[in-house]
Amino acid sequence: MYDFAYQKPGSLADAVKVLSGDMEAKALAGGQTLIPVLKQRLNKPATVVDLSALGLTGITVSGGVITIGAMTRHADIASNADIKAKIPGLAHQASLIGDEAVRHRGTMGGSLANNDPAACYPSALLALGGTIKTDRRTIAADDFFQGMFTTALEQGEIITSIDLPIPEKSAYEKFRNPASRYAIVGVFVAKFANGVRLAITGASQDGVFRHTEMEKALSANFSPDAIAGIVTPADGLNGDIHASSEYRAHLIGVISKRAVAKAA
Amino acid sequence: MVFQGIGASVRRKEDVRFLSGKGNYTDDINRPGQLYAYIQRSDRPHATIDSIDIAAASAAPGVVKVFVGADIVEAGLGGIPCGWQIHNQDGSPMAEPMHPVIAVGKVRHVGDPVAVVIAETRQDAKNAAELLEITYTDLPAVANLTDAVKPGAGEVHDGVAGNICYDWAIGDKSVIDGVFASAHKVVKLDLINNRLIPNAMEPRVALGDFDTSSGDWTLYTTSQNPHVIRLLMGAFVLHIPENKLRVVAPDVGGGFGSKIYHYAEEAIVTWAAGKLRRPVKWTADRSESFMSDAHGRDHVSTAEMAIDKEGHFLGLRITTLANMGAYLSTFAPAVPTYLYATLLAGVYKTPVIYCNVKAVFTNTVPVDAYRGAGRPEATYLLERLVDVIAMETGIDKVELRRKNFIGVDAFPYQTPVALQYDSGDYQTTLKVALKNADWDGFEARRAEAKKRGKLRGIGISTYVEACGIAPSAVVGSLGARAGLYEVAEIRVHPTGSVTVFTGTHSHGQGHETTFAQLVVDQLGVPFDQIEIVHGDTAKIPFGMGTYGSRSLPVGGSAMVKAMDKVIAKGKKIAAHLMEAAVEDIEFKDNTFTVAGTDKSKTLTDISLAAYVPHNYPIEELEPGLDETAFYDPKNFTFPGGCHIAELEVDPETGVVEMINFTAVDDVGRVINPMIVEGQVQGGVAQGIGQALMEACIYDSSGQLLSGSYMDYTMPRANDIPNLSVATENTMCTHNPLGSKGCGEVGAIGSPPAVINAVVDALKDYGVRHLDMPATGAKLWSIIQAAPSSGNAPAMAAE
Ligand SMILES: Cc1cc2nc3c(=O)[nH]c(=O)nc-3n(C[C@H](O)[C@H](O)[C@H](O)COP(=O)(O)OP(=O)(O)OC[C@H]3O[C@@H](n4cnc5c(N)ncnc54)[C@H](O)[C@@H]3O)c2cc1C
Repeated sequence: MYDFAYQKPGSLADAVKVLSGDMEAKALAGGQTLIPVLKQRLNKPATVVDLSALGLTGITVSGGVITIGAMTRHADIASNADIKAKIPGLAHQASLIGDEAVRHRGTMGGSLANNDPAACYPSALLALGGTIKTDRRTIAADDFFQGMFTTALEQGEIITSIDLPIPEKSAYEKFRNPASRYAIVGVFVAKFANGVRLAITGASQDGVFRHTEMEKALSANFSPDAIAGIVTPADGLNGDIHASSEYRAHLIGVISKRAVAKAA
Repeated sequence: MVFQGIGASVRRKEDVRFLSGKGNYTDDINRPGQLYAYIQRSDRPHATIDSIDIAAASAAPGVVKVFVGADIVEAGLGGIPCGWQIHNQDGSPMAEPMHPVIAVGKVRHVGDPVAVVIAETRQDAKNAAELLEITYTDLPAVANLTDAVKPGAGEVHDGVAGNICYDWAIGDKSVIDGVFASAHKVVKLDLINNRLIPNAMEPRVALGDFDTSSGDWTLYTTSQNPHVIRLLMGAFVLHIPENKLRVVAPDVGGGFGSKIYHYAEEAIVTWAAGKLRRPVKWTADRSESFMSDAHGRDHVSTAEMAIDKEGHFLGLRITTLANMGAYLSTFAPAVPTYLYATLLAGVYKTPVIYCNVKAVFTNTVPVDAYRGAGRPEATYLLERLVDVIAMETGIDKVELRRKNFIGVDAFPYQTPVALQYDSGDYQTTLKVALKNADWDGFEARRAEAKKRGKLRGIGISTYVEACGIAPSAVVGSLGARAGLYEVAEIRVHPTGSVTVFTGTHSHGQGHETTFAQLVVDQLGVPFDQIEIVHGDTAKIPFGMGTYGSRSLPVGGSAMVKAMDKVIAKGKKIAAHLMEAAVEDIEFKDNTFTVAGTDKSKTLTDISLAAYVPHNYPIEELEPGLDETAFYDPKNFTFPGGCHIAELEVDPETGVVEMINFTAVDDVGRVINPMIVEGQVQGGVAQGIGQALMEACIYDSSGQLLSGSYMDYTMPRANDIPNLSVATENTMCTHNPLGSKGCGEVGAIGSPPAVINAVVDALKDYGVRHLDMPATGAKLWSIIQAAPSSGNAPAMAAE
């Protein structure tokens, strides 16, 4: 870790000011990604801006939407009664992230801002058609993710909360990387009155994506059988020492069916 | 009083310390004025070092000194010595290239030390290291065994032709070829024993200290054998006599073999402390551990068994390539020879065995002994081959094993590969394991699993291993440059409490408990009045440390001998005090009695008299009650047993789920059943890790791809099923305890049981063999490629 200045602003405006004024400043949420990166000296921020005093935690339900504060921890999402009842796929997903220690530090905002191609939440946000709220605007899920580790966020822009529409049914299935336990293929499926959305994380070189062919089939018939014949091409999928792109392509089919079976 | 002697599951007394954060590990030790070393390591697999500019780094804040290879050459430091010399088939010695503590001229693996920055803080040292300007010219690298032995392959060391460290053989080639020529059938199997990274929980740490007033050096280090380090480093690298060098290995958080060896960092910090006249500490971070701790296994073999019509084994012929890595680590040459090839008889009567081993240098981290060391490789090869023989002859795999077992009445049994097994009962461990695993009920469980769409398999392994190393003269004749006896000092204090000084080292095994139980048993001293001391060359006599499951059979035997001496001397004192003949004194339950009378003295009476010798046979007996014994074992010990794995494969993903694991081991006399169970559990967890998950992967250029926990799969608790662990013991016949050792059996017996189960699960797909680790990705591609199937087997009709 290189030396850096540490700040813990008490207001969103102050935090934005520090982060926007200094290209070398970095926001710190749960630190479960940022701290390891700093320890390996892969990033050299001049200032680390701790977001924990901005009051960005909490889970509220209003109308058909669940709003989750950006600084809400995975453990709180996994155990929240409303989320368990209304978006069980999300509660389950949060419970599968990392280990107890990670879940008690890591936050939803941090994970989404980071947009690791193997991270779990991007699939939930995209499949649920959620909205990211920041200090300055709202960004629709479909516009937010822009390839691995890249999002629509501007320098200094802070995610404040995440709005997630409540679906009729939802499920997350995760095929874990045996070593890191991140997703090799993670599938989040959400069934709404007006159709089904299904997003896949872990598999693609471009990060999370919606499987539109499956969405179409599932919107017509929400059952595993509806997508049994859909073959996902291996082009553009990740291949590494744990899983070839062909294996990932195959797993997309298997894991999607399981997600649908679980939701249905 | 609660029974705490031999056979009691006494809770580990060291755990209070470990579990409450009170352990005293090397990194917990800090010396006044301490500096920190950061080691700049090569990111090249193979390159010449063209220049190193240290100017900017040396001028950086907090930096005290930067050392490079040229400095150690100038100082006349020796290379890191190898503790074992193997001879080639033609009688010439193995190639033993120089292993400098800091690379000189060339780097030979990713992780090779290139420069050492020493600064006031670790942060300063790391910052300064980034200012080092090192220029390299890359050389062709060889990253794996098959590439390294190809004609025209890049050479890791100048003058080591074809990268061959040695070409060694055991057995008679012409005899074995004759057996094969006339055999009814030959079954052949090519197999790989996957390379592993040990991953002790505590990374390595070394702290060198120099006392300017006395001129003495002290090294605090994460070692399994402080005396071995003192000898190797003092005599060969730094040229410091023993009286001036103390090596302390305090609490150590796991070793599994990786902390046996003398490592460059130990010499660097000790030498630097003397040069700079200040203590110097180095602490590995986890990434450094991956590229600097000696790795394990890494064999490529071809095995052939000649059999007769009934399936009797007639001859075994093997060729093995064994990876040494870039340099010879301390015991590396012994692993694929005397710890591997000598075990190839296994539990079978195979009359003729021949094995040729070529040890090969590659541009990878050195490879050395890792939990089991050679015996897991032998056991895996044999037990896989036996299963393939069963498959190809149609003989039931249990029956085939039974038929070829060395019988219970055949002991002592001389194998054709040098070892003589003293005891064992393979039929019994097999029988009990089959029962405990409900082997006979398996087909019903397989059918039930099939209804759920799962492929269930069961696998067995029957094994023996050689540990309790080792008779010094024997290993000396085989190339060891060390004796492998053990030592114990039993110090009975004036009031009868006892301190034991042992040359073994505990790095998780629970010696403080087990060894105290030996004293409870033999001297009758209460458990809480016994202290075990180890790990400090200033306190203990010259001992050889802990590895090869030797602590109890060898170190414990030394304790028994020392306690015999205490009792013998105590009897003389007692005879004097009670005015009886020495021959009439009996010792039992902490008490000396004159036979046939009610006259008695407790051990405390005797020890008090020994240290306050007012009324004492001072003419013929020295005061004090403090005895030392060295014990050199007469033979190896031979634990063995049967492991059975049961698992399910998900045909859609290839993922294996362990369902049950049954171990029935013969470990000789058990001192603490709970600790034995724990040792077996840990070993089996590592064996399951090797079989299903762990793989050290280098790309073809020599870069380490599995260099962190993001990519190297360690087994986790939920990967391990409930383990059924039991023992069926026969006694070791040649040591006073009858104990055989239990530290490695789990890691030795289990991998083939797991792979045999995987192959069994895939039997409908025509799978004959697959190499470890059996990952989901690998099984899926095997299932895909299988001619007999589409993606999934037909589900049973509902
Ligand atoms: C051992 C381990 C296992 C893990 N396993 C998984 C897994 O299985 N699945 C998974 O999805 N993740 C996994 N993670 C990652 C974990 O979920 C992290 O918590 C998450 O990726 C980052 O969240 P954080 O709150 O820790 O963010 P931090 O690490 O603090 O920050 C991450 C990045 O986001 C930025 N940032 C943080 N908050 C905001 C904000 N509100 N607005 C704008 N930018 C922000 C930071 O500047 C930084 O660049 C694992 C992590 C570890 C250490």
